[in-house]
Amino acid sequence: MAELFFWPALLFYGEAALGYVGDARHPGAAGRAALWGVRLGWLAQTALLVVQAARDDGFPWSTWAGSLDLFVWFVVSAYLFWGSRRPYRLLGLTVMPLAAALLIVSRAGGGTGDGEPSHYSNLFLVVHVGLVLVAFAGFTLVAGMSALYLWQERRLKQRNATILRRPAPSLATLDGLAFRLAAYSLPALTLGIGVGIGRLVNRGDSVDALVIATCVTWFVWASYLVLRVRGLAGRRAAYLALAGFLLVIVVRLALPATHFA
Amino acid sequence: MHLVLVGTSHHHAPVEMRERVALDPEQAHALAEQLGEAVVLSTCNRTEVYIAADDADEAERLAVAALADVEPALYRLRDRAAALHLFRVAAGLDSLVPGEGEILGQVRAAHEHGTPGLLLDRLFRNALHAGRKVRTQTAIGESPSSVSAAAAALAEQVFGDLDGCRILMIGTGEVGEQAARNLRTRGAEVVLTANSKTDRVELAAQLATVDVVVSSTSSPDVVLDAETVERNRRGRQLLLIDLAVPRDLDPAIHELDGCFLYDIDDLQAIVVETLAGRRSEAERAETIVAAEAEKFHEWHASLDVVPAIASLRAHAEEIREAELRKAEPVLGRLDESQRSAVESLTAQIVNKLLHLPTVRMKQAAAAADGVIYADAVRHLFGLEDER
Repeated sequence: MAELFFWPALLFYGEAALGYVGDARHPGAAGRAALWGVRLGWLAQTALLVVQAARDDGFPWSTWAGSLDLFVWFVVSAYLFWGSRRPYRLLGLTVMPLAAALLIVSRAGGGTGDGEPSHYSNLFLVVHVGLVLVAFAGFTLVAGMSALYLWQERRLKQRNATILRRPAPSLATLDGLAFRLAAYSLPALTLGIGVGIGRLVNRGDSVDALVIATCVTWFVWASYLVLRVRGLAGRRAAYLALAGFLLVIVVRLALPATHFA
Repeated sequence: MHLVLVGTSHHHAPVEMRERVALDPEQAHALAEQLGEAVVLSTCNRTEVYIAADDADEAERLAVAALADVEPALYRLRDRAAALHLFRVAAGLDSLVPGEGEILGQVRAAHEHGTPGLLLDRLFRNALHAGRKVRTQTAIGESPSSVSAAAAALAEQVFGDLDGCRILMIGTGEVGEQAARNLRTRGAEVVLTANSKTDRVELAAQLATVDVVVSSTSSPDVVLDAETVERNRRGRQLLLIDLAVPRDLDPAIHELDGCFLYDIDDLQAIVVETLAGRRSEAERAETIVAAEAEKFHEWHASLDVVPAIASLRAHAEEIREAELRKAEPVLGRLDESQRSAVESLTAQIVNKLLHLPTVRMKQAAAAADGVIYADAVRHLFGLEDER
């Protein structure tokens, strides 16, 4: 049953990713079609998650692949909030291909099917996994905004004559939004990590590579915020955000097997 | 009733000719009153007289006489062509800069100052509707069409909302003034207007407090160099607009991180590109305008057959009522609801019988055969006396 919703979600996310490429070349119909792709894909994925939750006895995203499925949903939900506003649509150029790719990875790992009963409590999983994923979704959007910032800055530096025909959000807007979104995301990550470490200490479990990488990620994003408060802005801030996002990718894709095992 | 247009525009007459027939609102109103049912549209790019009259030749003669000073440059259009022209004008498609928005307000003002009857009132309302539709459904008016507007739009690409944005003006050239005016209307404020003789130390000190620098002096030398900018801006992001020839600002400034320097050629390239964008949008706008003009034409043409349709319906209703009166001895025995059912039944038969001829006559009117059909209907149903 859950599989029935996976394919439409992937199809629409893929269509949206292609649509945004078309929109970057010729703004107009392709952009509108892409936005509809995001909306319909999001609805299909929401239905997929609802089916997973209804079928499973408890929190159904306790595997790394399952949590990746939920992570994609958080990212697309957050994008949908901003993406429906015209100047931010181009953010989809970075967000939607990533969402489609991660959904495929999630399916390959069995994350889009029916879940298996977890040996963790539901409350712990909801708080720990949920908060960490929300934070990572926020950082993903910050990275998207930073990429868009670098693209827009490059257009301004190249004195691109088409710059006013394809308007993007201003540098100041992207810079400010990225900072605010990171500032909202870091507390969620802090709390998610705190709950996880608390449980680790209680059970006397050992620290694995994922926990260490997540803590490094936290440190990088905390440094990002501290440096932003101290005046870091513009291109350097954008590069730092992208570096922080690389760690998010590593944490989400490269290391989870050890942690979830 | 015919629609007659006589006028001249920037396509046909240079400014020295157009200014001879330029009219202020009072003069336009006086001319319209003198011409009967008329509207006079007079802007810096055109003067056009729209008249609704039964005698089109006479109306045209009067309009040409009113604009006799530029007679060789006058164009004359009638009915469908005249309506389409006004729709294109209202949509900004006939403007010097395609899609400029000012013309819509000017058409509205002309309508208000004119003396329109049924035909001209409908024409101008529909033209305004078409103009608004083009602006909402295409991007024809979205991009800047001048160097000064492009400078302001660029500032928005860097700083977003310009409310509270601070501008340093160097020089008081006309284009620089226009750029500053464009920036001010978007919320920015000019903190200092300097010139090439202003103390360089004072000028440099301002760089730490401003977001946009607009320079347009006639100085033969560079007014601000890259080193001065880097030393004094304290890490601030800066947009620098150099409108001067020779250039006032050191081109190396553009290489500094967070500094964006645009000279007059860069801005002109942007304007050329945005105008090209407007032209491609104009193709979509033409389709919208043509559809709206066609709707107006159908309505206008239907006016020719309206009297025949009205006569036919009145004639049919007369017959229906007469037949009901004849049947009164029988119908009188019916109760109220039965009588109402008979009334409704006969009315429906008449309506259904006349529906198709009515539609066909209106269609024929739009295809220019309306008068022939109307005459045939009058003849077939014996309506000649009611003409």
